[in-house]
Amino acid sequence: MSFDVPDDRGYMESHEWASDEGGTARVGISDFAQDELGDIVFVEFPDEGAEIAHDEQLGVVESIKAVSDLYSPVSGTVTATNDELLDAPELLNDDPYGEGWLVEVDLADESGLDELLSADEYRDQIE
Amino acid sequence: MRYDQATWTREDGDENADTYEPLLAEKRSTEVAVDESPLPDDLTRESVALPDPSEPELARHYTRLSQMNYGVESGPFPLGSCTMKYNPKFTEDVAALPGAGTHPARSAASTQGTLELRHHLQTYLARIGGMHSVTLQPPAGAAGEFTGILVAKAYHEEHGNDRNEIIVPESAHGTNFASAALAGYEVVSLPSAEDGRVDVDALEAAVSDDTAALMLTNPNTLGLFERDIEEIAEIVHGAGGLLYYDGANLNALLGRVRPGDMGFDVMHYNVHKTFATPHGGGGPGAGPVGVVEELAPYLPSPQIEERDGEYERVEPEHTIGKVHGFAGNWLVLLKTYAYIARLGDSGLTDTSAKAVLNANYLASQIDYEIPFSPFHHEFVASADRDAADVAKRMLDYGVHPPTTKWPEIVDEALMTEPTEAETQAALDQLARAFNNAADDSDEALETAPERTAAGRIDQADAARNPRLSWQALDN
Ligand SMILES: Cc1ncc(COP(=O)(O)O)c(C=O)c1O
Repeated sequence: MSFDVPDDRGYMESHEWASDEGGTARVGISDFAQDELGDIVFVEFPDEGAEIAHDEQLGVVESIKAVSDLYSPVSGTVTATNDELLDAPELLNDDPYGEGWLVEVDLADESGLDELLSADEYRDQIE
Repeated sequence: MRYDQATWTREDGDENADTYEPLLAEKRSTEVAVDESPLPDDLTRESVALPDPSEPELARHYTRLSQMNYGVESGPFPLGSCTMKYNPKFTEDVAALPGAGTHPARSAASTQGTLELRHHLQTYLARIGGMHSVTLQPPAGAAGEFTGILVAKAYHEEHGNDRNEIIVPESAHGTNFASAALAGYEVVSLPSAEDGRVDVDALEAAVSDDTAALMLTNPNTLGLFERDIEEIAEIVHGAGGLLYYDGANLNALLGRVRPGDMGFDVMHYNVHKTFATPHGGGGPGAGPVGVVEELAPYLPSPQIEERDGEYERVEPEHTIGKVHGFAGNWLVLLKTYAYIARLGDSGLTDTSAKAVLNANYLASQIDYEIPFSPFHHEFVASADRDAADVAKRMLDYGVHPPTTKWPEIVDEALMTEPTEAETQAALDQLARAFNNAADDSDEALETAPERTAAGRIDQADAARNPRLSWQALDN
């Protein structure tokens, strides 16, 4: 099976992604991650205004198989959260790179995005 | 045969629906006024319609509810690790004796009989576990874990050690991680060795001045005996840590080897697994905790002690306080007492032999790969396809399935524990259910179960949109 790995964003070994929105970043989980987890039933992420740090816990995602921690790909301040997920966690399964985004972050340091795995590197990891 | 009527299974367009007995809520009810309440208006109502059934209607209602369920009194229930064994009825009779349940606030002088039994039970359990002292207070196995870890923590603190880590094998039961975390510890997860046991080298590398304890169950969750237990104990003790025994699997060892003799310092007893009491399931349970002498002063209060033939409640010197009201769930403990007293040493030793024999017999009768052996009272088979589907199909063959998909070290795990209570005929019935499910087509598995009251449940939808009241049954 091959998984969707869009080229326009960076990835974590732990399967989160971050996309550059010019000063802010959007954060979510990869297609591979949602497939491994199976049907997602619950997701928890920080409130607007929370400070988050690269590689530290961002939240929790629960599927009918497992409960997993999410790690933040970037450091900064959360400026928006995708509250739709609270009522419709299936968006994470259906559209992990689009409507299933988790939070938007005002980057503490824009070069933070450069440290992430490229789409090619991440593809190598999951294949 | 189908039991649609008996189980209220109603499907749209069912041509027989009008012959079904109405639901209780659809029958006669009486509007009853509700008392004034200090709650906000939007949470209260002025009256409530209470069903007003006749006695036979009510009896049928509850009988049907029980028929829609599956319990240890319906058939074999081989849920691995959980040890769902049948509870002999005489223990219920004992707990129902007049005077069995004395009010816990009564004086020691007027409840000497109860205190004597509690003292005996503390002593029996201590002897069975090879421990010095036992508290009966915690209300479940997991609550016992938490209590035991608090005792270990109090011990370390009293000795000026601020150790902050607890090591837990990755295949351990989820409550081990949770108990350690709830007590404020960092949980260090220990990978298993190739053979499914504790990786002694990895343990050696993991222990340090920060290690407060290692939590272990033996036999472990694969049913394997941790042969290196003495070396494991030496490593943990050598680093100044304590060894915690998760008693969930004690039914495999009863009367043969004791946790205390293996080097464990603190343990819980799952009395519903090892002896005979109902699994709490949200109701009252019990999870006594045993400790070695050095840890006894930290046990919850009160302990029962005997002095010159008098039994009294005593507060241990450095007690961690209370972990539950009064003495814990006494009537549950009384059933434990009754079971131990009835079986005695030789009977208890016999239960562990049967637990191991039954698991090994069942394993020999099923067409599934079992990657790790030799196992004791339980084994973990690999379903080789979706274990949850196999389990659901087994429901159609009239038995309860094993625990599925855990431990993760076995692919598509079917963790199976028939328990010591089953006969050979029941084990053969279980084996047929396993084997029939193995032979079934993928299509049959994907739509199973078909013969149960509720049919196949959409697990994701049930978790995303839970219906939490009977009114929700309508939609
Ligand atoms: C290995 C193990 N440890 C701990 C527990 C927790 O015990 P309880 O259900 O009494 O809280 C269980 C329960 O299934 C178990 O299997």
